[in-house]
Amino acid sequence: MTRILATASAEARIVLRNRWVAIAIAMMAVFSLVLSATGSAPTGALGADPLSVTIASLTSLAVYLVPLIALLMSFDAIAGEVERGTLPLVLTYPIRRSEILLGKFTAHLAALALAVAVGYGLAAGAAFLSDAGSAAGLPALLRLFWTSVLLGAAFLAIGYALSALARRPGAAAGLVIGLWLVMIVLYDLSLLAAIVADDGGWFTTDIFPWLLIANPADAFRLYNLAASEATAAAAGLGGAAATIAPLHALASLLLWPLVALTLAILAFRKVTP
Amino acid sequence: MTTLTLSNVTKTFGDMRALDAVGFTVAAGERVALIGHNGAGKSTLMKILLGLIQATAGDIEVCGAAPGSDAARQHVAYLPENAAFHSALTGLETLRMYLRLRGESPDQAMSLLDRVGLADAAKRRIGTYSKGMRQRVGLAQALIGHPRLLVLDEPTSGLDPVSRRDFYTMLDDLAAEGAAILLSSHALTEVEARTDRIVILSRGKLVADDTLVGLRRRAALPIRLQIRARPGEADAVAAELAGGRQNGVTVDLTCTPEDKLLRLGQIAGLGALVEDVDVVPPSLEDIYSHFSRVSADGDRQ
Ligand SMILES: Nc1ncnc2c1ncn2[C@@H]1O[C@H](COP(=O)(O)OP(=O)(O)OP(=O)(O)O)[C@@H](O)[C@H]1O
Ligand SMILES: [Mg+2]
Repeated sequence: MTRILATASAEARIVLRNRWVAIAIAMMAVFSLVLSATGSAPTGALGADPLSVTIASLTSLAVYLVPLIALLMSFDAIAGEVERGTLPLVLTYPIRRSEILLGKFTAHLAALALAVAVGYGLAAGAAFLSDAGSAAGLPALLRLFWTSVLLGAAFLAIGYALSALARRPGAAAGLVIGLWLVMIVLYDLSLLAAIVADDGGWFTTDIFPWLLIANPADAFRLYNLAASEATAAAAGLGGAAATIAPLHALASLLLWPLVALTLAILAFRKVTP
Repeated sequence: MTTLTLSNVTKTFGDMRALDAVGFTVAAGERVALIGHNGAGKSTLMKILLGLIQATAGDIEVCGAAPGSDAARQHVAYLPENAAFHSALTGLETLRMYLRLRGESPDQAMSLLDRVGLADAAKRRIGTYSKGMRQRVGLAQALIGHPRLLVLDEPTSGLDPVSRRDFYTMLDDLAAEGAAILLSSHALTEVEARTDRIVILSRGKLVADDTLVGLRRRAALPIRLQIRARPGEADAVAAELAGGRQNGVTVDLTCTPEDKLLRLGQIAGLGALVEDVDVVPPSLEDIYSHFSRVSADGDRQ
């Protein structure tokens, strides 16, 4: 435990000094504020309180931004150590590779959680300023926060696994960007295309829901939107998605970080310093 | 008591034999130098006995355990060839982290940095350090705890002459406390003076493993006698001693170790013609070239 904490505290200083924390916070804050500014317009029409509307927009934002920040933070974790030549020495210390990774994970996840908290906090503040009745949306905001942290955890771990597989920072950076495009953008697009082609058939009813929650980003979106059905419709997920129990989506969100971390540790074990 | 035992260690990279059946031991309190040309396999050998890479064949025992095992890592300190640290951290933060990884109190960081002369720069980022300063951070971390075996890959590279001397003094203390030390170096003169035993690797093969005295005996290289003649008598001295080069003042002779006393007797017999005489034994460099050449010849046959 002390070894994990020792790695985590060193790593935390590194992310602070690399300005990663600052960049992540700035990204989250700017996008959250932009969303709450543009999102407040249709409030009256829908009859929802401003915070609930903001949460719906924040959910869509988080699906793109949280994985991106997590991957950018993690791609260098192992490949960078290999490149700089810092790995051999650490590996002669009485510390396990899994402990090194968990130390980095702790620091990165804390930085990510901080950025998300600042971003959502600002958006919530803006909503309260425009309507004090926004308190009704607070539980949903809290849920959005911790599911965002889970989503970030999944993508941090995926980033470590790719970093260990790539072994060079340049290659790792390419891999994570490619993965982000595939999992966040192309995945949904191809599912949509498949649904259109299937036209309400067997794929749409039996396979599609599982494919949807198999992707942590979609599971995250589903879980958060299931709670507020009005916004789920607005998000255009369609009827089929509504058949998925939120618990399944939550299970996917919880499993992904664990599975990805295990894979990352296995990949890291294969790295010769 | 042996702290490190290697026998028949072989490592191949593809069809390149980086190490070929290497075997030797390092006892507690012993300082052993590993020397050899670039690419001889010194760093590879060290990485293998630290468990960083796997040997293709052979047996290794480190402090009674397998290389890289928890028990071994507990007792072994390492200084890598090009010690690298995260440039965003300060020397103090880096040392504190390594101390905690070894389960030691991080409060010792400052005194360790002080021991390697980095106290003033402790709170600056390692990114701003000079090469020698980074090397000292590496040394400081190798001193953490009471390692039973220190594996130091070119520990003095990048250090200034005074720091080198301080470094070897530090090694003497560690060895006196019972630590076994294996270090590699290209600086043969320091190795010659400050280590107990010398292991020479040549193209992955162990070609010598002995004390300096033992190596000298085995190599049986000629000894140089430098005779300074009285002014104007150099020619006479050279003639009397039958042979040897001379440059007007000094006469140079070489002889085998067995002939040394005989020759010295002859020189003493010249009495007033000679002002002084120096006996220059073959240096480690000569011995090293001898053994490397022997092995290269052996390979060619
Ligand atoms: N990972 C590797 N893959 C392939 N060959 C390697 C690898 N590591 C080392 N070698 C080869 O093994 C040989 C021994 O290398 P090593 O680094 O042990 O030499 P060295 O004695 O430490 O040399 P130097 O004095 O230059 O530090 C070299 O020919 C090197 O090219
Ligand atoms: Mg080397």
